[in-house]
Amino acid sequence: MGLLFSFFAVAILGVIAFVGVRSIHLHYFFGVIIPYLAFAVFIVGIAFRVLKWARVPVPFRIPTTAGQEKSFPWIKSSKIDNPFTSFGVIIRMALEVLVFRSLFRNTKMELRDGPQFTYGSTKWLWMAGLAFHWTFLVILTRHLRLFFEPVPFFVEILETLDGFFQVGAPVLYITDLIFLGAVTFLFLRRVIIPQVRYISLASDYFPLFLIGAIGTTGVLMRYFLKTDVVGIKELMMGLITFNPVIPAGIGTIFYIHLFLVSALFAYFPMSKLMHMAGVFMSPTRNLANNNRAALHANPWNYPVKAHTYEEYEEEFRDKMKSVGLPVEKE
Amino acid sequence: MANPKPEELIRINHVPPKQAWMDTRPDFRPGMFCYASKAKSLEYVGMPNPRQWSVKDEDWHLPENWQEIFIEGLRERVDKYRSFRLFLDICVRCGACADKCHFYIGGGDPKNMPVLRAELLRSVYRKYCTTSGRIMGKIAGARELTIDVLKEIWYYAYQCTECRRCSLFCPYGIDTAEITILARELLNLLGLNIDWIAGPVANCYRTGNHLGLQPHTIKDSFDMFIDDLETITGIKVSPTFNRKGAEILVVIPSGSMFADPGTFTTMGELLLFHELGLDYTWSTFASEGGDFGFFTTNEMAKRLHSKIYAEAKRLKVKWILGGECGHMWRVWHQYHNTWFGPVDYLEEPVSPITGTRFENAKSNKTVHITEFTADLIKNGKLNLDPKRNDNLIVTYHDSCNTSRGMGLLEEPRFIINNVCNNFYEMPENTIREQTFCCGSGSGLNASENMEQRLRGGLPRANAVRHVHKKYGVNMLACICAIDRAVLPPLMDYWVPGVAVTGVHEMVGNALIMKGERKRTTNLRGEPLPGMEGEEDV
Ligand code: HEM
Ligand code: SF4
Ligand code: SF4
Repeated sequence: MGLLFSFFAVAILGVIAFVGVRSIHLHYFFGVIIPYLAFAVFIVGIAFRVLKWARVPVPFRIPTTAGQEKSFPWIKSSKIDNPFTSFGVIIRMALEVLVFRSLFRNTKMELRDGPQFTYGSTKWLWMAGLAFHWTFLVILTRHLRLFFEPVPFFVEILETLDGFFQVGAPVLYITDLIFLGAVTFLFLRRVIIPQVRYISLASDYFPLFLIGAIGTTGVLMRYFLKTDVVGIKELMMGLITFNPVIPAGIGTIFYIHLFLVSALFAYFPMSKLMHMAGVFMSPTRNLANNNRAALHANPWNYPVKAHTYEEYEEEFRDKMKSVGLPVEKE
Repeated sequence: MANPKPEELIRINHVPPKQAWMDTRPDFRPGMFCYASKAKSLEYVGMPNPRQWSVKDEDWHLPENWQEIFIEGLRERVDKYRSFRLFLDICVRCGACADKCHFYIGGGDPKNMPVLRAELLRSVYRKYCTTSGRIMGKIAGARELTIDVLKEIWYYAYQCTECRRCSLFCPYGIDTAEITILARELLNLLGLNIDWIAGPVANCYRTGNHLGLQPHTIKDSFDMFIDDLETITGIKVSPTFNRKGAEILVVIPSGSMFADPGTFTTMGELLLFHELGLDYTWSTFASEGGDFGFFTTNEMAKRLHSKIYAEAKRLKVKWILGGECGHMWRVWHQYHNTWFGPVDYLEEPVSPITGTRFENAKSNKTVHITEFTADLIKNGKLNLDPKRNDNLIVTYHDSCNTSRGMGLLEEPRFIINNVCNNFYEMPENTIREQTFCCGSGSGLNASENMEQRLRGGLPRANAVRHVHKKYGVNMLACICAIDRAVLPPLMDYWVPGVAVTGVHEMVGNALIMKGERKRTTNLRGEPLPGMEGEEDV
């Protein structure tokens, strides 16, 4: 159900843009108003969500310790997987965000004859995840060429590297291939692995379809349908200088692409895609394991009713005295 | 009820059913859940809705407005715990955690995949706490909190041992244990605890320990240890209780005062402290290091452990030494300081024997006994004869809490390697931070849920079986009282021929003491290697 729902939702988004531009000629609406709105929702939405998390206190220091604690100088402690200092925490977080450290640990359980369980290392999800996210980032960065004149130097470098193989005209970007491959892999594992399919919701398929559709329309534009890049750049630079213009002659396919991107931006803050911001705030990862060495204060710590020694002695005094235990009151 | 045979139990189907998970209701199968809490246990500590109820009954006798209570409780907690709100918000359902849970591995019930366990509550959160869930309902993964949903949350919250193995693999560190902890807190607002937790909590509140041992009983237990130790070593140890002015307060889990094989660990500790001439005291009031309150509510956990610091203060000790117990150390290490700190009436712990400052414990002033002993051995303060443990071929089980909630991995290994000659590790992905739970943690070590425990403990047992076959391992060492209680039946079922020991039992055996008589038996009264004919000297 979730799969079909998401598929049609994305298809309908495409159709809306197609009809809106092709038949009703709402170029300004799809080229200017929607992108502005989407971007505003994106920024405000993310800020709102992050502030909402930030307002909630972190009552306890509960890092998941993934290595030896710091105890004695003669025992080698795991400074990153079980950080004792803020520096260790920063490295740990950097590894989580940049190379998905935890996912790298992934194992696959199998029950073999014997009976014997095995937990072999499996890196597929980790690899596809990394490939997906990094190529996404590269592609996003490459898009900056449409927003700036002159094109920033790092964008040019990226493009050169990305087009390294010099295949085809226009030059084939390797990231485009990897990106579409990775999205396809992530989708296929979701439908093929029974456990993953069982846990998947519409909100898991939707971003994959949406991102897949964005990638596909992008690739179509670049390699097959050939759109007017100069016009598009004019539009984009108009948008970021708050001086929007709608150049004539930009193909409908571009408006579909732009609309899908807008949908992704608008959808971002209310979806699981917020993991981008959330990962930085995860209390099992971003805290040092120094609980016994430094006090972690809980802002809502409150006094609780406890059973006191006096009450205890009151109840058991005779028994205590009978076996010679010291008491406060004879 | 009789347990299924191992050959039957091992036939596990890990493929989830066709029907969507929201459309399947839990099947309360005997052997897979614990009995309901008793009214008197809840009453004793003033927990809500004390009454007689039974899991199998249709009617759980909930308050009229139970939905409101649960949802209000949920809203309150997502505003108090960033962990909770974040973990409910950001899961991408990648499934990396799915096959990491021992209950899923050993049972195949898809709702024991950590992600789905969390999703049971997350779906309710979406419905009542998010806009998209409220509007879009089921398609957004949201659902109403019906009585069946509540029962399902209960069923699976008490099939999670809060071991945090899932959290290790999650790319965002989502800790399903944290979700379970708070789910149980919500359930407790409605009086939905289990007897095996609520009973010990009430005991602990009254007598200071889960088993309900009263002061004179504790004294009696120790008197028995003293006699046994004298028979074995010829040395009469003389522990003190509730003594003011001692340098160190020693607190251990009460299970180790009462039931084998935990008692042998306590005996080992008694020998060690005696040999060192340590200025320490036990307390009959702070007579429990563990905290079943932690499996109830955060507040209850704090209520039970207030006594430890109160007692340290009353007895005017300098610092606290904590014994071998798993969840005890999660609470001591990750919660105590926040609850009770700053504890400036105690002093920064320093070993009186070696002069080592325990820098890592300088603020909350509690030292783990394996840290203490490892330091002694490293500094050459103990005279050890590992040959006395030559009948043992040992492997070591990291308890979940000391490994993933603390990182205490090397200290126990260092000790083991110094007190015995035959030590073999289990396979890599089943030890240290990736260790598997005993299957009975977080208060699930009752007897009525034996099938659940045997399934949950299967991954651990299977790894032991591997080294049992390969190296002839016959002893499973651990530093946890619940382990010592639950691993023996688990081993008997899956790996007969493997017994269970605490680390300090082996220390006690290997320790050569000044003025001891020639030892012929170990602390269990079994002949030492090479002494088989000489028991009755
Ligand atoms: C700091 C930035 C980010 C980090 C560390 C991060 C990390 C991860 C990780 C570890 C996964 C799970 C593995 C996988 O399924 O690939 C994941 C999944 C995912 N991420 Fe990100 N992510 C980030 C930003 C983003 C952004 C900006 C987007 C896109 C708009 C995104 C979209 C997704 C999607 C769609 C999935 C689910 C893939 C699936 O369904 O299997 N992420 N992310
Ligand atoms: S590993 Fe983390 S993000 Fe992935 S399904 Fe499990 S809890 Fe969700
Ligand atoms: S904390 Fe342990 S028992 Fe609970 S879901 Fe995670 S792996 Fe399973």
